[in-house]
Amino acid sequence: MHASNLAARAREALSVLCLTTLLAACGAGYDGTQKLTITGSSTVAPLAAELAKRYETSHPGVRIDVQTGGSTRGIQDARKGVADIGMASRALKPSEASLVAHTIALDGIGLIVHASNPIAALSDAQVRAIFSGEVNDWSALGGRAAPITVVNKAQGRSTLELFLAYTGLEDADVDADVIIGDNEQGVKTVAGNPNAIGYVSIGTAEYGAQAGVPIRLLPMRGVAASVDNVRNGSFPLSRQLNFVTAGPPAGLAADFIAFARSPAAHADIQRLYFVAAR
Amino acid sequence: MLRLCAAASAGVLLLIVLFLLAESGQGLVAIGPERLVSDPAWYPAPDANAGEFNLLPMLIGTVAAAMGALILATPLGVLSAIFCHSIAPVAVAAVYRRVLGVLAGIPSVVFGFWGLVVLVPLIGRVEPPGASLLAGVLILSLMIVPTVALLADSALEALPRSYAQGAAALGLGPWATATRVLLPAARGGVATGVMLAASRALGETMAVLMVCGNVVRVPDSLFDPVRTLTANIALEMAYAADDHRAALFISGLLLTGLVSVLVLMAHRLDAEPAHA
Repeated sequence: MHASNLAARAREALSVLCLTTLLAACGAGYDGTQKLTITGSSTVAPLAAELAKRYETSHPGVRIDVQTGGSTRGIQDARKGVADIGMASRALKPSEASLVAHTIALDGIGLIVHASNPIAALSDAQVRAIFSGEVNDWSALGGRAAPITVVNKAQGRSTLELFLAYTGLEDADVDADVIIGDNEQGVKTVAGNPNAIGYVSIGTAEYGAQAGVPIRLLPMRGVAASVDNVRNGSFPLSRQLNFVTAGPPAGLAADFIAFARSPAAHADIQRLYFVAAR
Repeated sequence: MLRLCAAASAGVLLLIVLFLLAESGQGLVAIGPERLVSDPAWYPAPDANAGEFNLLPMLIGTVAAAMGALILATPLGVLSAIFCHSIAPVAVAAVYRRVLGVLAGIPSVVFGFWGLVVLVPLIGRVEPPGASLLAGVLILSLMIVPTVALLADSALEALPRSYAQGAAALGLGPWATATRVLLPAARGGVATGVMLAASRALGETMAVLMVCGNVVRVPDSLFDPVRTLTANIALEMAYAADDHRAALFISGLLLTGLVSVLVLMAHRLDAEPAHA
């Protein structure tokens, strides 16, 4: 009847889709275009995509494919050769010393609360108490009496790793009410909940706040969370945005990395509220 | 040509299942099936011995969200179908069907986005944090109502006209005809719709990921956050390695199994000669 027809048709469509994808995959490489694959951090990806677009217009015949999936994937893909360039929103770990990192920009992680939240600043100890669940109500911190909604990042994100390293918490210590994937989801979650606190990349948060999203960045250790303070190195919770290659880059990859680190890329870096590396 | 297509789709399905089995096999050996329900929590690690791999809270979350959605969507969908088929004037029914069709075709991210910026804050005002099982249930039911309604409607449409005529001859009104005569006769088709809607609810990922809060915990109430198996795969697959990755494939296998059982049940119900 209708139902089984529908299911059969959906399966047919799927198989056709799979076949076309296969064919497309086979066909690539024979049409004379050069292809560069970049995978990894969802923080770096928007920047890489912008730079790729600009690079493609000045280099016809080059196709740059940017895929997200987190820093861990970026590093794995670069190591395995699945990607020409991996993206990582952190410095390389000692165990990853065989790879080469090319810092293209800096980013800061900032705590965000709803714009209506009267809390002006939190100490590191208070942040730890909130995220470990010792403090559950804003009134204990001088705010209005309301339960705190703790917004945490899902496992594997470099934002989470960096935040945990900064606060000295373990993943299992964090008593989260909401767990999010990417930065944008964090901004929307906090904007929709007057009693939420979360942490996202400062670039994303500042962009949202300027666009009128009701969120506010909290200072950390007395330093305002702003792109400027990340640039001058005074903001304590900041990180490198890196392109990672398996060895010294060559050919197209080397040329694209050089482009990303040249002054030509600064406009894009600033537009995305990151900070150009020097 | 048709046979080729059928063989290709069957082949793809077989390949997917084989792939899932191959990818999860190593993990099933390293972690062992009973740890998937007996470990203290879900703190996965690439090494089976270093991590904790309890999938149960997420399985419960998945089933709870889907069941909740079915409880809401089934009566709504069936009522919609009755409205369309027996009560609404022909022109209104045509428009209503079109609306249902559009609703069925809206991408799930759009539902999720709407849920995140409108529904979750609304629920949060009643009972924070807002991102909760309830939000997931509401979004999912919105998504599956059209499936139930359209399939129930076509099941009613497929009935012999003599049923309605006979009922009218006995002096039954449209409502009594629909609920006492047509609906029981079309129950196979209606149940098929419900089963297909259930499999859509079980498999839905993006919308649920955006509104459910994604905390791995067995919910105590509708206002507690939950993480579904699909959301877990979407959140962690990109970062998972080795045994952690295998554990995610095991949950994928579990979901595939669950959905297959539902589809088989739908076929059984559909084949039943309800109006022979």
